[in-house]
Amino acid sequence: MSTTTTEGKVYDVAGQDWDELVETVTESAEERLVINMGPQHPSTHGVLRLVLTLDGETVTEARTVIGYLHTGIEKNMEFRTWTQGVTFVTRMDYLAPIFNETAYCLGVEKLLGITDRVPERAQAIRVMMMELNRISSHLVALATYGLELGATTPMIFGFREREMILDLFEYITGLRMNMAYVRPGGVSVDLPAGAVDKIGEFLKVMPKRIKDMRKLLDENPVYTRRTKDVAYLDLTGCMALGVTGPMLRAAGLPWDLRKSQPYCGYETYEFDVPTEKTCDVYGRYLVRMAEMEESLKIVEQALDRLTGPLKGGSVMIDDKKIGWPSQLALGPDGLGNSPDHIAHIMGSSMEALIHHFKLVTEGFRVPAGQVYAAVESPRGELGAHVVSDGGTRPYRVHFRDPSFTNLQAVPATCEGGMIADVISAVASIDPVMGGVDR
Amino acid sequence: MSSDNLPGVPQGEAAEQATESVARRGMFGARDTGDTSGYGRLVVRHAPRLATERPYGSYFDEVADALEPVAGDAIERVVVDRDEVTFHIARERLVEVMRHLRDDAALRFELSLGVSGVHYPDETGAELHAVYHLCSITHNRRIRVEVSCPDSDRHIPSTVSVYPTHDWHERETYDFFGIIFDGHPALTRIEMPDDWEGHPQRKDYPLGGIPVEYRGAETPAPDQRRSYA
Repeated sequence: MSTTTTEGKVYDVAGQDWDELVETVTESAEERLVINMGPQHPSTHGVLRLVLTLDGETVTEARTVIGYLHTGIEKNMEFRTWTQGVTFVTRMDYLAPIFNETAYCLGVEKLLGITDRVPERAQAIRVMMMELNRISSHLVALATYGLELGATTPMIFGFREREMILDLFEYITGLRMNMAYVRPGGVSVDLPAGAVDKIGEFLKVMPKRIKDMRKLLDENPVYTRRTKDVAYLDLTGCMALGVTGPMLRAAGLPWDLRKSQPYCGYETYEFDVPTEKTCDVYGRYLVRMAEMEESLKIVEQALDRLTGPLKGGSVMIDDKKIGWPSQLALGPDGLGNSPDHIAHIMGSSMEALIHHFKLVTEGFRVPAGQVYAAVESPRGELGAHVVSDGGTRPYRVHFRDPSFTNLQAVPATCEGGMIADVISAVASIDPVMGGVDR
Repeated sequence: MSSDNLPGVPQGEAAEQATESVARRGMFGARDTGDTSGYGRLVVRHAPRLATERPYGSYFDEVADALEPVAGDAIERVVVDRDEVTFHIARERLVEVMRHLRDDAALRFELSLGVSGVHYPDETGAELHAVYHLCSITHNRRIRVEVSCPDSDRHIPSTVSVYPTHDWHERETYDFFGIIFDGHPALTRIEMPDDWEGHPQRKDYPLGGIPVEYRGAETPAPDQRRSYA
């Protein structure tokens, strides 16, 4: 199928007409070919659209089109209370929900001026959940790396391991994804009984699983040829394009907000920041692999604290004007509730009932001002610019999502290369369209 | 009624706030009917416009020292709030100031974390703000640069020439707020469809209430699909 337009001939593929298409394209004298990759191409990580201009198999121009997953999350948040905002931000970068929640909550806490009053146990739980989430997010990145370059076993392995983490999330928060677990002032619920043992088991199994994955990919000749010296982006390029995260660390700069501008008590944990100097896809792969191993160390340390010095502490700020009742108990129906709290407000204190009603429906007020809070997400610096006008709802929340910024590097890494390398270049950026489009 | 039952005359910060424009009257937003809640006379005013005097504390003074010789007259005001510093810059001088922030050895803000827009409809003459978050890896510092423009003249110079990462960020801010970044290489919509009308993140743009168009068919806005009357 082909039609002629003012721009030239347009070929359509409707299915089962490849022979016809090849025939007409071969007949054409046109050297330059513009193709649409996406927005529904399996290797573009969601609804990313790439418009590629080809000369033979060489990409001469790569343009990125986004916006297919824009859902107006930032606008919606302006019409809900500060606490309800967590439910929205968790859906942005859906592979790293805990990071979105934490960045947002750190922003709200800074606005409220309660950063120092968030209980240590809550901070340790946040750190542990973030690192588990980092592993699960990197696992998806690596699984799709493999799959897109034709290796299906790493994909199976990656998703199998990720399932263990999602099971942990489900056990702790009640949900596998989009948990809305981190709340302004702490976390929504303490670790349930048995969670520590389950995480302990995971920590025992996981190092071997990472080794298995390394065995599959580290020295795999097909994999290394498809990834080494591909999608080169050096430090200057990263800085100019605002690229952060594993891409920046694969260019040799050990810039990690957990070390350079610590939050949630990261300065008290021991871990290394892995870097590579190759600036290519393979380097980014190695950085992600090493980061998972470092994350395991942090989870282990956090778990030691949660079972040791921080055992039995509160997980929500001791301020009844901000914190929702956090001592929830997971009922047989899988929903959280707090029987003691309900008995108190329904049976003995009218004022407590009024207060509960006001806090939950109207929400708390946040003093006017603006802050920027950033965390190191699996993809780079995730920043939340939070503005309050003194009301019970956010005046404006903007997320500086690393996927959004890093995707700008597509032309820089793809132009001049082969079309097959576009796949590994985009995979090494690891964009999540939920975060890009918000 | 004794005098201590009467509302006092506001003093200090409260007095400052009492001169600001009104943000809200009453408690529940009832305008048409009589508000019988007892909150009818409540007046909530906007927060006062902050401006911090020296010393700013922390590393903020050093940044200001390095910035002032070159751009002293471009700084409209400095706000230090919650351990963060914001430099409000005159829009005509923005590109020059940004270049200085990036290149000066004492400043070295190599990394920009992008542009974020905020719409303040009550700030007459400065309704639209563009907020830039800068980070210095050399000195491990962060600052914020804020520029405003009136709604009647929505132009701010583009800073893509200084920070190429602003390309998409400025497109996003244009898309959501309608701020036109002069000199941007290709200022088009990025998140909304190309033929979209209006700029959704502005405060005068409603949430919902927009008919859904798909392949020529039009579905009414959610609040107008059914009548329950």
